[in-house]
Amino acid sequence: MSVVAGFIVPGRPQPLLQPEGNPGWQSLRDALGQVRAEIERIDPDLILLYSTQWVTIIGHQMQADPEPKWHLVDQDFHALGTVHYSLRIDADFAEAYCAAAKERGLTARTVAYRGFPVDTGSIVALSLVNPDNRYAAGIVGCNMYADRAETLVLGKAAHDAVVSSGKRTVAIAVTALSNRMWTEWIDPAQDRIHSLKDDEWNRKLLELLGQGRLEDVAQLARTFSDQAHGDSKLKAIWWLGAIMGQNNEYRGKVYDYQALWGTGAAVVGLTPDASVTGDLEYDEDDVEHYRGDRNVLSTQTET
Amino acid sequence: MSEGRIVAGCLSPHPPHLVYAANPQANEPQASGSGAWKPLADGYTTLKARLSDLDYDVVIVHTPHWKTTIGHHFLGVPHFDGFSVDPVFPNLFRFKYELDIDVELAELLAAEASDRGLVTSMMRNPDFRVDYGTLTCCQLALPNPFEKPMVVLSSSNPYHYFSNDVGDREMLALGHATRAAVAKSGRKALLLASTSMSHRHFTEEPDDPEDPRFEYIYNNNQLAWDKRMLTLMKSGRCAQILAEMPDFIQQSVSECKEGGFTWLLGALDVPDYPALVHGYGSVIGTGNAIVEWRPQP
Repeated sequence: MSVVAGFIVPGRPQPLLQPEGNPGWQSLRDALGQVRAEIERIDPDLILLYSTQWVTIIGHQMQADPEPKWHLVDQDFHALGTVHYSLRIDADFAEAYCAAAKERGLTARTVAYRGFPVDTGSIVALSLVNPDNRYAAGIVGCNMYADRAETLVLGKAAHDAVVSSGKRTVAIAVTALSNRMWTEWIDPAQDRIHSLKDDEWNRKLLELLGQGRLEDVAQLARTFSDQAHGDSKLKAIWWLGAIMGQNNEYRGKVYDYQALWGTGAAVVGLTPDASVTGDLEYDEDDVEHYRGDRNVLSTQTET
Repeated sequence: MSEGRIVAGCLSPHPPHLVYAANPQANEPQASGSGAWKPLADGYTTLKARLSDLDYDVVIVHTPHWKTTIGHHFLGVPHFDGFSVDPVFPNLFRFKYELDIDVELAELLAAEASDRGLVTSMMRNPDFRVDYGTLTCCQLALPNPFEKPMVVLSSSNPYHYFSNDVGDREMLALGHATRAAVAKSGRKALLLASTSMSHRHFTEEPDDPEDPRFEYIYNNNQLAWDKRMLTLMKSGRCAQILAEMPDFIQQSVSECKEGGFTWLLGALDVPDYPALVHGYGSVIGTGNAIVEWRPQP
């Protein structure tokens, strides 16, 4: 078995906590409801998330607490209220993913600690696409230092673990597209994409994603991030591309695109489809095994 | 009511490793007690001893681990009782805390900041989890941690969203607002800027986090910048520090990009008197200094 579908979803809290604040936020919530329905139609064994809001430093962390349970208050939007969450995590898969990552040369570890702060993006996504914990989930964080090569290997390791586990898996990248927020309090009803340039870039990416050209979008990630303040350099797209096979052979569906406190929030579905022939223009390395930090700046070298 | 004043201001870095190594009862993980990160642990011992003689009413903390984008936020709930787990080092820091907030002073500070054109918000949600940057620096620096009421300021994003120069201007304004609020309040305030200096981390951790063989500064460029800043602090040249701050932040990947150091210098009215450097050392590759300024009344 392999990844049977992929999705891109936003992780800011408004669609969960304040959908009435703006028609666009309600629209995003409705689109995430459609994703929920699609996932229920697929009936997978596992939903695997990569969240840009779970920032890590020491390698890569996989959530392995079978039932993370706590309460979440967003750091900016604390006035929107508290989310009391209780998730269902596939701890065995987390261990398998961690082992697969190590096998490919990455530093990785599982985390299973009472009170561990699950990030806003993961909570929002799982609350709206898997509200009753009908499906077991997995969550992996976003290493702040990892660039494309390391993130691709992290995605390939996820693919390894999915294949060896035999689980029919839905992969979800929890990420904004353009990620420039308003830095002042706005009237929610007046929310819009922060700049026309961000908006145009978002629409270009969505045009490609609607055609199922995930790998082309992954190849555009650096340019997009430079031009449109991509969320965490669009690492989530690199990860999603890698876990789904690094090609353009998908049927793409753009469920929605809205402003979310200035950021570009898109809900996109990608279904593998071998009958599709994409226009391929790959121009970057395809790394299979992570060889570690090059440590070009390090004072000491390992012996 | 007599005019309040800032009685001391400190750079008080927050590596959870130092709390872990000291094995306080409030922290779940247990270290071996082998004496890791000794230069910094000794520095904090010295600082604690000096602060034990200091008369202060309130502790004001600027923390880089409560990250906000929509301006500057202030804790605005009188009492917090909770459990903090470091999302990066959960193996080292799982900490039970209880603390009081000086909401009156926090509101005064927010108003002063707002008057200076800054975007401010009071955080009123009682379920909010106090960040580990605040908890760690208080646990390490204070003789009786969490005994005195606190004011906690978030780290806004002007450096990231605009530039280091814009960020510094905003944080100087926040520092000036802090100074004015303290004066109006009549409080004697101790300020803690919870921040490292250079801040490039290693992305691997040894099996034993206390193993000293793995602890050194990430690169010599960072060390050189940290040493230069410490020299300027010791010689009382804080205006020069501010002049160089944007370059320091850029070239040493400094955590001062979160604004704490500049805020502290602004609140202390940019000291021209020497600071006391109690300790310097690396933690997982980052440079950390424990530094104290004592303004004269």
